[in-house]
Amino acid sequence: MRLVPLLISAVVTTGLVVTLSMPLGSIPPLGGFLSPQEGFWQNAEPTDQDYTMTLRLPPLKEQAEVYFDDRLVPHVFAQNDEDLYFIQGYLHAKFRLWQMEFQTHAAAGRLSEVLGRGEENRILDFDRNMRRLGMVYAANNSLQVMESDTTTKKVLDAYTAGVNSYIDQLTAGSLPLEYRLLNYRPEHWTNLKTALFLKYMSYDLTGSENDIEYTNAKSVLSRELFDRLYPITQDSLYPIVPKGTDFPLPAIQPVAPATADSLYFRWKDSATIVPINKPDKDNGSNNWAVSGNKTQSGRPILCNDPHLGLSLPSLWFEMQLHTPQSNAYGASFPGSPAIIIGFTDQVAWGVTNASRDVKDYYAIRFKDESRQEYWFDSAWKPAIVKTEAFKVKGGPVVLDTVAYTIFGPVQYDASFNGFDRATAETNLAVRWQAHDGSNELKTFYLLNRATGYADYLDAIKHFTCPGQNFVFASKDNQIAIWQQGLFPAKWKRQGDFVMPGTDSSYRWQGNIPQPENPNVTTGVDFVSSANQLPADTTYPYYLGGNFDLYRGFAINRYLRQMQGITVEDMQALQTQNYNVFAEMALPVLLKNIKEHMLANDEKALLETVRSWNLRNDPEEKGVAIFTAWFSNLEAEVWSDELAAAPKPVIMPESFTLVEALLRDSAFAQADNITTPNKETVADVVTTAFKKAVPLLKKADAEGRLAWGKYKDSGIRHLLRQAPLSRFHLNTGGGEHVINATKQFHGPSWRMIVHLTDKTDAWGIYPGGQQGNPGSKYYDNFVDDWAAGKYKKLWMMTETEGKSPQVKYTMTFNKL
Amino acid sequence: MKFIVSIILTALLSFAAGLYLGWWSLAVAAFMVAALIPQKPWKAYLSGFLGLFLLWGLLACWIDMKNQHILSQKMAQVFPLGGSWILLILVTALVAALVAGFAALTGSYVRKK
Repeated sequence: MRLVPLLISAVVTTGLVVTLSMPLGSIPPLGGFLSPQEGFWQNAEPTDQDYTMTLRLPPLKEQAEVYFDDRLVPHVFAQNDEDLYFIQGYLHAKFRLWQMEFQTHAAAGRLSEVLGRGEENRILDFDRNMRRLGMVYAANNSLQVMESDTTTKKVLDAYTAGVNSYIDQLTAGSLPLEYRLLNYRPEHWTNLKTALFLKYMSYDLTGSENDIEYTNAKSVLSRELFDRLYPITQDSLYPIVPKGTDFPLPAIQPVAPATADSLYFRWKDSATIVPINKPDKDNGSNNWAVSGNKTQSGRPILCNDPHLGLSLPSLWFEMQLHTPQSNAYGASFPGSPAIIIGFTDQVAWGVTNASRDVKDYYAIRFKDESRQEYWFDSAWKPAIVKTEAFKVKGGPVVLDTVAYTIFGPVQYDASFNGFDRATAETNLAVRWQAHDGSNELKTFYLLNRATGYADYLDAIKHFTCPGQNFVFASKDNQIAIWQQGLFPAKWKRQGDFVMPGTDSSYRWQGNIPQPENPNVTTGVDFVSSANQLPADTTYPYYLGGNFDLYRGFAINRYLRQMQGITVEDMQALQTQNYNVFAEMALPVLLKNIKEHMLANDEKALLETVRSWNLRNDPEEKGVAIFTAWFSNLEAEVWSDELAAAPKPVIMPESFTLVEALLRDSAFAQADNITTPNKETVADVVTTAFKKAVPLLKKADAEGRLAWGKYKDSGIRHLLRQAPLSRFHLNTGGGEHVINATKQFHGPSWRMIVHLTDKTDAWGIYPGGQQGNPGSKYYDNFVDDWAAGKYKKLWMMTETEGKSPQVKYTMTFNKL
Repeated sequence: MKFIVSIILTALLSFAAGLYLGWWSLAVAAFMVAALIPQKPWKAYLSGFLGLFLLWGLLACWIDMKNQHILSQKMAQVFPLGGSWILLILVTALVAALVAGFAALTGSYVRKK
């Protein structure tokens, strides 16, 4: 009788096959995953991979060539725009498909679809937050505008067709690794996804309003004290537009509502809210251009390094895009057509964040819990109620309803308290500049074809949100900078706090006309921006927002002194680790510390910081001591004032404390109001130092006090998978320093363009051209980036196809 | 001799099937070879096991060598194998071997009635 063993072995075999074909928890189906013929091993790219190939793709109009250099940068030579953007889409997908889709899923509030709802619904709440902010609504509005423009419609369609042409020929073997790990498949690309990607950048760069935090602080602070803690200007300000510039009379003069003092500024209003998913407040950047008067060659040099969250695969993908009518080189966004930061044969451009506040909250009064009607201008007004559906991996669909008011969607209400962000009584609608349809893509399309200042100015006028400082330089020796965007004309402190949503008088009253945006276009040898206030208080509009101070101060001080500038000088400046913030703050601390109250081990640390050279170099220990000391001082000084405020509140900016101490040696807020004693500046400075010591001593004992180790920079994979990330990079720099490399945040692309006859350009980003973690091109720029090195950028000409710099050639044929 | 032939045939047939079908086709291949070539059940099991252990193991080895362990070292941390590419290749080979062994055993029992 062999039947029994036959049955048993047949059942075991079937059982094994079925088990290995199913996902087990977070483990993908192991059979297919481990198979060397179809599974993850297929992502292990041979280190001598040959990228040369010939493709035949039906939508192409004419033949095109793509030359890859030794860093795997594609130089696309197409005969027309449609083919150009088709190929750009194809290449973005070939190298970065998973990331493109993942980022647009994030923008659209669809991460739960692929990741599940997450611990304590974190991922689902992230998704709900994005939908309730109106991300999809905003992207659809912009898509309409982009598609009503024949040029951008053509570009979008070609790009989308290119991405889909790649997706359609994907095989089990060529599926990106992350799809395998998460066990899903890519869907088709659409023009809406490109719009979503661009809105995600708006979200990332205009998300740092503090309306709710300020409202909470305001509820316990007097008006005078509030202005002292959260001032609207700074003593050490070195604005983008030089001080003393005359501004024309404003075209719009916004008027504060008659009820502002009683309804808006009354200092006892509060919203009990904890911030969630707020973009990093240091999403900023540096850029500058120097004219030929300051350079050794007599030609301008333009520099830009956008500071963003650093991730793998990188946000950027380097490319050259060439047709007989246009030629542009630089960093592109996988997910969007065109070059975003780069140069043409005649001009170069770069961007930093304007950091203006274009996102305001309004308290809405609903008639009842159904949230169908709200009180507005003395009547009940119907809200538009939208139902949002969330597909959740491994669970049922979740539905959510969002009420849209005249201001915008009600992001926070009783149904969505996120991470306990809102109370059930608070309904907050959000008015966000990015809700309005706009066509930022047109700016990049036109910049990619710019031949001079007039083209640049014409191009940037299409850019409305997020507001950016566009720096410019051209080979005919012109330099310029415009803070470009569509900015609401606000009365002083409008939108710094949650506004009443029952009255039209609190709405935005119009936009600042574009020609009145801050700009510097003549009469200077250099222009620069580093997220500082664009102008001093003589600028006729309220500038509301969060601004950096010290990077801009440092850059301008260096540029003013420099002469005979070379590319090497600019590389040194872009990676400069000198800490101007410490230069101003440390003497005050050292002057006030009561040394006689310190123990010997504390004195040793004090000696280290006293002899520090004020440079945030990786081997310096003084910077760690200073940083810990100062942050303890901030806590000592401000916590008591803010203790009674509902949470969350936000600490005043570092410069506020430094400038207060420099201005006033008997600084009143030094006193801890919760103790009977009257603490002086010297008292709090000494206490703060003593409080910092234990952690510093621990770090020193473990060999982690040197700044590079103390800061411990890294670049994380988008899924936060440690093995796919790069940790423990020994880098200098940091907050308030020109080299703005923080732990997981910093210069995401460093570019220097010397506008000589044959453009001499340099750049690097912390990543690699391949999104595939199994490729040697996945992270091959990281070490050089960390060391502050640059790569020469090759603006290739069509005749150089046979150059030894060309490693591989992809030929795109029409059918 | 039959033993060696079975091993090689199982590996070859699985490889060919894998070019067109999903990974599970290795079970079909091992089953068919065992059903065609008469062997004692334990020998059939072993030849299926070894055929796929060798096939997946060698394929993974070859891919890994050309990749200079870039991906295997990462994946051997995603799956907690201490970053060891050797262990990852072993796990890969064992999974296929186990399925093929039982499929071959089933095949041999079918033949024996």
